[in-house]
Amino acid sequence: MIEIQDLVKTFDGFRALDGLTLHVPQGGIYGLVGPNGSGKSTVIRHITGIYRPDSGSVTVGGQPVYENVAVKRRIAYISDDVYAFLSASLKDMKEFYRGLYPQFDTQRYEQLREAFPLDERKAIRHLSKGMQKQAAFWLAMCCRPDYLVLDEPVDGLDPVMRRRVWGILMNDVAERGTTVLVSSHNLRELEDVCDHVGIIDRGRVLIERSLSELQDNIVKLQIAFEGEAPELSGLDVLHRSAAGRVQTLIVRGCQAEVEQVAASLRPLFYDLLPLTLEEIFIYELGGDDNDLKNAVL
Amino acid sequence: MIALNYRDSRPIYEQIKDNLRRLILSGGIAPDEKLPSVRELASQLAINPNTIQRAYRELESEGYIYTVAGKGSFAGNLHEIADLRVRELLSQFDALTDRLMGMGQSAETLAQRVRERGGKEK
Repeated sequence: MIEIQDLVKTFDGFRALDGLTLHVPQGGIYGLVGPNGSGKSTVIRHITGIYRPDSGSVTVGGQPVYENVAVKRRIAYISDDVYAFLSASLKDMKEFYRGLYPQFDTQRYEQLREAFPLDERKAIRHLSKGMQKQAAFWLAMCCRPDYLVLDEPVDGLDPVMRRRVWGILMNDVAERGTTVLVSSHNLRELEDVCDHVGIIDRGRVLIERSLSELQDNIVKLQIAFEGEAPELSGLDVLHRSAAGRVQTLIVRGCQAEVEQVAASLRPLFYDLLPLTLEEIFIYELGGDDNDLKNAVL
Repeated sequence: MIALNYRDSRPIYEQIKDNLRRLILSGGIAPDEKLPSVRELASQLAINPNTIQRAYRELESEGYIYTVAGKGSFAGNLHEIADLRVRELLSQFDALTDRLMGMGQSAETLAQRVRERGGKEK
């Protein structure tokens, strides 16, 4: 379990995190999304114990992270920009990781060689961006972490490698119950891999839900009436648009409930469609005062 | 074995359910055959294991598969499943009939249509 309570972090007068609260359940895969500059990486650097909170608490497995070696040993982290020592090769970095992570699994390292076609003797800094990400993944998966924190992990990877990397990760989650927090702008991909989602904006969590709860409780209803449309009472409409007679409504409620109400209104026709994660975000956060609409797309 | 369609807007767990249902009904997965484990399917499809788990759980409650503790999930008995499917399709048929009658088609017109299709078969 990763828990953040009322976290505040200020940089030179700028409140990067403004009382942020977030919960990643044990064994869950949590997708963290939000516009550029909303504080995603800052949150991640608190979870990995890099930053010290101004106020509030950051605990991983019930323990505060900052300056806590015992907890940090159980966390593996892949940053957006992969760091390797000057002229250090994968083999060198492996030795470095083995020093930091007592449970480093050398056997796993050998097994994963098949998945990552990399020259282990070449300096990591001389590898391409995508290859550096692969190297970081390879090393992180060998740390056998209980908590895995990923900042834009598949950014720069080709489609085959993205899938492979997610596959390896899902295997670990199913087998070992690894708890994962991942930040990404790719909502399509998050929809496949996450079971919980949190959106942050301006240093605060706006919404935090399980994915199934989100998907089961919101539908798109297309409906048309002969003549004047009746009052749509009994439906919790989040958003409405119309083209001619056909109205498109985003409705909160489960499919069966909405269908029952829609049918009882005796429309010319109606149709119920599920929403994608992208759509859910747009409608849940819709409204003129929210520029998130542009950001999550 | 299972192909996901990323243009399909239905939730992933429903697509997985649909795929498995079709495989079981068509005999692509034989009765009492072992289904891939949650872990296998999760890593093969690169999908959250909880999503796979949910699909399996719902298929089990619908009677398509059964679980043996410690051994995994297995395809159910084909005859029972066929019955299930018939009942499911009939309720869809009822819903469609209601809609057609709502649009002014008489019961007799619809019955005639069904008879004609029956005639074609023979």
